[in-house]
Amino acid sequence: MLSAPEDIKRPLSPHLQIYKPQITSVLSILHRGTGIVLFGGSILWCFWFVSLAGGRDAYHHYQTLLLNPVGLIILMGWSFSFFYHLCNGIRHLLWDIGIGYEMPTVRKSGWTVVFSSVLLTGITWTIGLMKWKGLL
Amino acid sequence: MVQLRLPPNSRIKKGKTFSSPTKSAHMKLFHIYRYDPDDKENPRLDTYELNLEECGPMVLDALIKIKNEVDPTLTFRRSCREGICGSCAMNIDGTNTLACIKHIEECKSDVKITPLPHLYVIKDLVPDLSFAYSQYDSIKPWIQSDETPPPDRERLQSIQEREKLDGLWECILCFCCTTSCPSYWWSGDKYLGPATLLQSYRWIADSRDEATGERLNALEDPFKLYRCHTIMNCTNTCPKSLNPAKAIGKIKEKMVERL
Repeated sequence: MLSAPEDIKRPLSPHLQIYKPQITSVLSILHRGTGIVLFGGSILWCFWFVSLAGGRDAYHHYQTLLLNPVGLIILMGWSFSFFYHLCNGIRHLLWDIGIGYEMPTVRKSGWTVVFSSVLLTGITWTIGLMKWKGLL
Repeated sequence: MVQLRLPPNSRIKKGKTFSSPTKSAHMKLFHIYRYDPDDKENPRLDTYELNLEECGPMVLDALIKIKNEVDPTLTFRRSCREGICGSCAMNIDGTNTLACIKHIEECKSDVKITPLPHLYVIKDLVPDLSFAYSQYDSIKPWIQSDETPPPDRERLQSIQEREKLDGLWECILCFCCTTSCPSYWWSGDKYLGPATLLQSYRWIADSRDEATGERLNALEDPFKLYRCHTIMNCTNTCPKSLNPAKAIGKIKEKMVERL
């Protein structure tokens, strides 16, 4: 076995710095990221329910806090995270029962997850906004 | 632990540039990771300009040409030059592969070559794989059976039993997959990594091996097997087109089946 002289501290070869981002790793990081967003978002939901229990004024106050452009973007991000995590979660469950390990399938299922989560977010927000503006 | 930045002694400095003495319409720049343990300097990225009209088609040909004609101190492992020994595993253009079966033409612009990721570098493109080898050793990669084989013939398998080993026995242990796995980067001290787990499954799937229970027991641990999060970088990068992620999935299934 090779052993280095004591005074040599070997460098670590580059990893994240040089490894090409690819659908496999990017979607995996996105799954972790959306999981964290969902965790943060659940605190947001908790406060919403707390404000609901706090009566009309408290609820109204929380609504105005959320229903502005910044709040809406945060909610949109949360809902995308929800749909992405859900769809990719199904992908993970399929892997767990042994389906979809071949590379072409992995690419196809990956893109399907991306498109369907964007689509589901879009549909949800179209319906939501139309209801809000009284168009539906 | 997740450590996104390289430690201070590992950060790559700008290196020297060597231009080609001859010119043609097919010139290519190779940026190659260099580290010399003797000069106590940080690693650097040297640039070599090569005339592809005077060079073989593979990335390994380019490395050999540089070593022969430009800088004899350039250090890398190579042996078979046909993708069966696994020596010249390295990171080329951002993905791990074997230099001997990677066409230079596949690299669109400049070719960037670094050692296999997240390993300690001995010199230039030669990483220290002793820990990965010891992990491989830990899964007891040999047949375990109480039965003594018949004196006049081999331990026989049916065609169907033998087929279960296809896609597993072909692994050449180049560790391209293991060192492409972010989970192995962050927990490589405890997680065994795709190459070793594929080998583990190679023995679990073998009808002649009788130690399946013990093999699965040895993997029942929060890290050794279950740090695989099905990222699939391993399968995406395997130069032999094998499927380590699928093999790991099969081990996980076996774990559930015996509950």
